[in-house]
Amino acid sequence: MIERIEKATDIRHWLGDMEADHYYYSAGIAGEKFFVALRDDGKILGAHCAACHRTYVPPRIYCELCFAELTEYHDVGKRGCVVAFTVAHYNKSGERLDPPEIFALISLGPGTTPLLHKLGEVEPGRVCVGLEVEAVLKPKKEREGKIKDILYFKPAH
Amino acid sequence: MSKAKEFGPPLNPRGRRLDAEELEKIPHIRAKAPAKYAWAAGTAMSRFLEELKNGRIIGRKCARCHRVLVPPRMFCERCFQPTTEWVYLPGTGVVETFSVSYIDTNANRIKEPILVGTVAFDGAPPHCGIMHYFGEVSPEELRIGMPVEPVWKPKEERVGSVLDIKYFRPLKK
Amino acid sequence: MNLNKIRKDVAVVGAGMTIFARRLQETGKEMGWEAAKMALDEAGLTLKDIDAVIVGSAPDAFDGVHKKGEWLLDGAGGTNKPYMRVFTGGGTAVFAPIAGWWHVASGMFQRVLVVCEEKMSSVQPHVQSAFAHIWDPILDRPLKPNLVWIFAMEMQRYMYKYNVRYEDIALVAVKNKRNAVGHPCAQLADPNITLEDVINSEPMALPVRRLDISPPSDGASAIVLASEDVAYEHTDTPVWIDGVGWCIDTTMWTNRDLAFPKFVAKAAKMAYEMAGIKNPRQEIDFAEPYDPFDYKELQHLEGLLLAEPGEAAIMTREGKTQRDGEFPVCPSGGLLGVGNPIAAALGIKIGEVYWQLARKAGPRQVKKDVRTGVAQAWGDLMQFSSVVVMRRR
Repeated sequence: MIERIEKATDIRHWLGDMEADHYYYSAGIAGEKFFVALRDDGKILGAHCAACHRTYVPPRIYCELCFAELTEYHDVGKRGCVVAFTVAHYNKSGERLDPPEIFALISLGPGTTPLLHKLGEVEPGRVCVGLEVEAVLKPKKEREGKIKDILYFKPAH
Repeated sequence: MSKAKEFGPPLNPRGRRLDAEELEKIPHIRAKAPAKYAWAAGTAMSRFLEELKNGRIIGRKCARCHRVLVPPRMFCERCFQPTTEWVYLPGTGVVETFSVSYIDTNANRIKEPILVGTVAFDGAPPHCGIMHYFGEVSPEELRIGMPVEPVWKPKEERVGSVLDIKYFRPLKK
Repeated sequence: MNLNKIRKDVAVVGAGMTIFARRLQETGKEMGWEAAKMALDEAGLTLKDIDAVIVGSAPDAFDGVHKKGEWLLDGAGGTNKPYMRVFTGGGTAVFAPIAGWWHVASGMFQRVLVVCEEKMSSVQPHVQSAFAHIWDPILDRPLKPNLVWIFAMEMQRYMYKYNVRYEDIALVAVKNKRNAVGHPCAQLADPNITLEDVINSEPMALPVRRLDISPPSDGASAIVLASEDVAYEHTDTPVWIDGVGWCIDTTMWTNRDLAFPKFVAKAAKMAYEMAGIKNPRQEIDFAEPYDPFDYKELQHLEGLLLAEPGEAAIMTREGKTQRDGEFPVCPSGGLLGVGNPIAAALGIKIGEVYWQLARKAGPRQVKKDVRTGVAQAWGDLMQFSSVVVMRRR
């Protein structure tokens, strides 16, 4: 005999958590190169696999398709175009966002893997797949070596 | 080349060691991962906790293998059958095993050791019992096979938890 | 168990590892790639040749990313391939290869890559915070246990029941940390460690002292498995997996006598039956049992039916389990000497047995001529064991 229960706390239960104090996530070997270049030189790096005709942005130390070691990192520039996007009206806690935030996958050139980031200085109605955009970075002294050193991508024109 | 002679395989393994001091220097993110739970106690444990509040230990009998299971469960995991009746136990038992711990749950060193172990309850088959603390006994006196009894919190402090028992102490004759 | 359903013999044709360390800069994916690439290179294979990938990794809570298996897969070579992640606590180190074995033994796949990874340094302030969550939330966690307690309680029971002296147990730590001097990945090798060092090391949860325990580590290991149809294309020295076994006991650990690990014996019997071994003590030449604590090596040797209960300590005291002894145990240096990145211990269990049987172990090569070895891992709250018997033909 099984009854339907609406909330876990309506029946005899034990409260607790499965938490550590916090996690330390290393950016890794490739990540170190990417974030140091972003922080110190304001550059976005990619790593190219010649065999697979693919440039990983952010870069990786290996190509996931052919497993070759990738050692050449190059500047992919700061211009690209929107590959996909969504306009978010609620944040992850369910609270209303006003104005809404726009998240997009941005391709920084042919053959590159798209980068997930935000769009700014643009009305949601104007955003479309194919929109040409460019990165807006924080001023150098505010950059920390984190993905938010890029503030957002704005329309290039 | 000399490395290959000193060590066996794997040859030239990769990996960049980090000292604690370097943690802040390399790119990284520190983030919390909240994960709160309300675990359903289930039928058997709900009754077990309720009886702890009453100052009693209860088990569940399996009619097939005749074990009295403590902690109680509604099915016997050996026979894979439902267990059949509730059985009250006297609460006394015997030290099954123990440890004298100088570290706490966060791996910090503590000066006064915690005495912890498992108690095999009287009235349940060999080895059936729970983990708990030992008290009113020195680390030198504590031994496997020592008869013990539970020391309960006063009734008004009991809430329906294994901590309603403060610890087990040597059985006073 | 129906042995007639096994279609193909399976061999290890390559192995690789990263170094084991308290903390590595690499991400979990990068570690997986470093180990996997090395294993593929030894076998002379590229990723294109691999038909399926298995990843073994312990709780998501270590790396701090849920769906950890899927997250690690691109570094493990699993992109666009049939892929599976297995987890059985510490038992993963030998269970992931078993999962790889059944992929090939079934005849479905010819070449399979098995990658095991662990990044315990992500948990802050200490990996104990993640271990805290494997206990029962209602019965155990209110007592604020430390995982070392359960080992200490098991060790206490083991010593009591089989009359084992602490001094003999501590000799295992000395042996393994010295053996690890020949291992390039070793975290805790020490050529000068003595019995006094171990006996006098600080008490953790008695009877366990600090040098009785293997350290938490970051690391990755990988092996390549090949079917009998193709194994000799990739190596002159394939090492055959002739027996596999695995078994798990109930979570209700407070209801069991911890002195003897029955589940290890059951897993061992399954593997020995498959390998056609009737007298393990005579037919097996050396062993890599799982040694997260020194007493565990002894208890597991007995669980593997390679010694009577209580006898493994005497064998150790008499020097029989040294690399140049009559029954070498943990010639790699084990978890105690090389490090313990849980699942990635694959490299020092299966990997070591492979290198020893292929006669490629260099300065770690055991003195006696070995043809048959056994690797074993163990996991969870005193519950699970995986056993593999490997042979050179």
